Amino acid sequence: MSSNRLVNKLALSAVLAAVCGAASAEIVFYSTQARPLEEAQKMRDEVLAGFDGEVQFSPQEDGPFFTRIEAEQEAGEVTLGLLGALHGDFPQVQAALDPLDDVMETLADRNISDTFVGLAKLGTDNQQYIPWMQATYLMAANKDALQYLPDGADVNALTYDQLGQWAKNMKDAAGEPKLGFPAGPKGLMHRFLQGYLYPSFTDSVVTDFRGEKAEVMWAAFKDLWAHVNPRSTAFNFMQEPLLSGEVWVAFDHTARLKDAFDQKPDQFVAFPAPAGPEGLGFMPVVAGLAIPKGTPDRATSVKLIQYLTQPETQIKTLRAVGFYPVVDVQLPDDLPPNVKIGGPAVAAQASAENANPSLLPVGLGDKGGLFNKIYQDAFQQIVIRNADVKQILDRQAGALKRIIDETGAPCWAPDDPSDGPCPVN
Amino acid sequence: MKHDEWLPYLLLAPSALFLLIFFVFPSIDVFLLAFQNSAGEWSWGNFQLMGDDFNFGPAIRNTLLLALAVVPLQIGMALAMAMAISKLNRGRDMILYIWTIPLGISDLAAGIIWLAILEQYGFLNTFMFNLGIISQPEGWLSYQHPLTLFFAVVIAELWRATAIVLVILVAGIGLIPKEYAEAGEIFGANAWKRFYKITLPLLRPSLQTALILRTLLAFEVFAVVLVLGGLDLPVLMGETFRWQFEYREAGVASAYAVLILVISIVFTLFYLWALRVPEEAQG
Repeated sequence: MSSNRLVNKLALSAVLAAVCGAASAEIVFYSTQARPLEEAQKMRDEVLAGFDGEVQFSPQEDGPFFTRIEAEQEAGEVTLGLLGALHGDFPQVQAALDPLDDVMETLADRNISDTFVGLAKLGTDNQQYIPWMQATYLMAANKDALQYLPDGADVNALTYDQLGQWAKNMKDAAGEPKLGFPAGPKGLMHRFLQGYLYPSFTDSVVTDFRGEKAEVMWAAFKDLWAHVNPRSTAFNFMQEPLLSGEVWVAFDHTARLKDAFDQKPDQFVAFPAPAGPEGLGFMPVVAGLAIPKGTPDRATSVKLIQYLTQPETQIKTLRAVGFYPVVDVQLPDDLPPNVKIGGPAVAAQASAENANPSLLPVGLGDKGGLFNKIYQDAFQQIVIRNADVKQILDRQAGALKRIIDETGAPCWAPDDPSDGPCPVN
Repeated sequence: MKHDEWLPYLLLAPSALFLLIFFVFPSIDVFLLAFQNSAGEWSWGNFQLMGDDFNFGPAIRNTLLLALAVVPLQIGMALAMAMAISKLNRGRDMILYIWTIPLGISDLAAGIIWLAILEQYGFLNTFMFNLGIISQPEGWLSYQHPLTLFFAVVIAELWRATAIVLVILVAGIGLIPKEYAEAGEIFGANAWKRFYKITLPLLRPSLQTALILRTLLAFEVFAVVLVLGGLDLPVLMGETFRWQFEYREAGVASAYAVLILVISIVFTLFYLWALRVPEEAQG
């Protein structure tokens, strides 16, 4: 497997070298996304084939991706035409990016969500990249559960209080808790805590990890947990308990709800995560397009960005790699059920008035696992093992500060940008 | 003549070399890693991190309790099964094969089988619900029911790993000459007396082997617990795995590995001492 990959890489490098040497008629699209062979091939055959011009789509692992961009900048010989990567990847090569404010102006009719356009400035005044595609985490519900919604609650604009009341109603009706979270060994509970709960209650992930707002949040979540299915600590992919009927309402990554929507499209609905006092905290997984400084043919690169952000191309991309559009687009009818069910919820969540986006942790390097552990442990101690909230938060805040200081990671949204390591209050 | 002397060593060499390269060297490496910080300096930092962790205490407690509950039960059951088998004339092999089926199943698969039986919508709950014994399926495998969770793991471990003890004991019983039991019978010893005074003492070397093997494996219990208990029942091996692959702290994972090694050595020495065969009885 790995030797195959190596051979592929070598072959790819050889092709690239030949291409770059020959002419600049072809534009090199260098990407950390759509890396699996099948997805890459679909990108070439189904997405990029429609572009008026030759594109060399070249997916790459994160490490070599950064190395090559940096090396080309240092050598002053840039061959890359377009960069495709996750939001969290770009800060590492920010110095090599050409500001794209002029390109953004030409894309006014795309109606890209202001939230994403703002994120793509990377804390500067200029557009560092153009939003390309997105994935995220959502709520899913069995239609049988909708009758237990509390009075006056809109499933598409829930608050955490209403979710708690809903969970209680379901528990009373069914005789057992029917709300579930992916808190198992392979579940993504830490993303819920980092990207949904903390931003919704504290407008912070790192800086206000402890403090009054955080204590209120944990107390509220502990109350809610009384109506949560206790098997949650074993759930990894919520599509499974949703399909078995063990839970009716669940939170998870779109890719981990997919089977439920595809297998029983008439049984399930998707809707945005609830909101708290500080807004609707949510964690978009945004990928963007950027142009490196000194690129050989900027006009064509810009044309390629314009092509990739066209509604039709965004739908082709959705089919090819399963990432949702970032532009305003009417989804066609022949998409797989999971997209038809999830798509509107993804859009509603990102464009909600009180949306408070939080990003994947940035700049932690290989400490990402330890960072997640801080949140997992806090959850387990406070909610599952009934430990004292303040004591646990104080202790975990110390551990959090050690990791942030060690890696020097600056703050990311929703925390305010910092010059040095992100402060922990 | 000379040829015969070194032939055994020659035949053993490949396996010894294999173990040296793929077992001894990595073990030494892990051992050294446990006592170094990320900068490569000597330090107790990894053990401090390990000891400070919320899951450390529960992991030690659960692992020891599991071993204490599982190993004696398995030895008792395997002894009874081995004695029963040794009395059979017909169908002995067939029963032995059936009893050792779990040996051929990986512990992860064993965990999944028992999960399918014991989970809220599993076979057991469905069965009892349909018989009207319970009014609705109960979720027993959760942090709210630590005792049933613990017993679920005990049951799965009994099912999965009693066979290895059984095989060792059946072999051991086969080595005991029939004459002793016949002599005992002639002198009027009843079946219990023959078991206590003849079989059990003569079975001591096999018991020692079985106990050491089973106890060491009990300290490494992992997949069954992971499947049935998730994060609700931390054990030493599970923590080792998580520190290595989820938190990416090889040093702390190594510290756990060293801890498991130390506990294993202590128990092995204890068994060697407690079940030593008296010198005068050694053949």
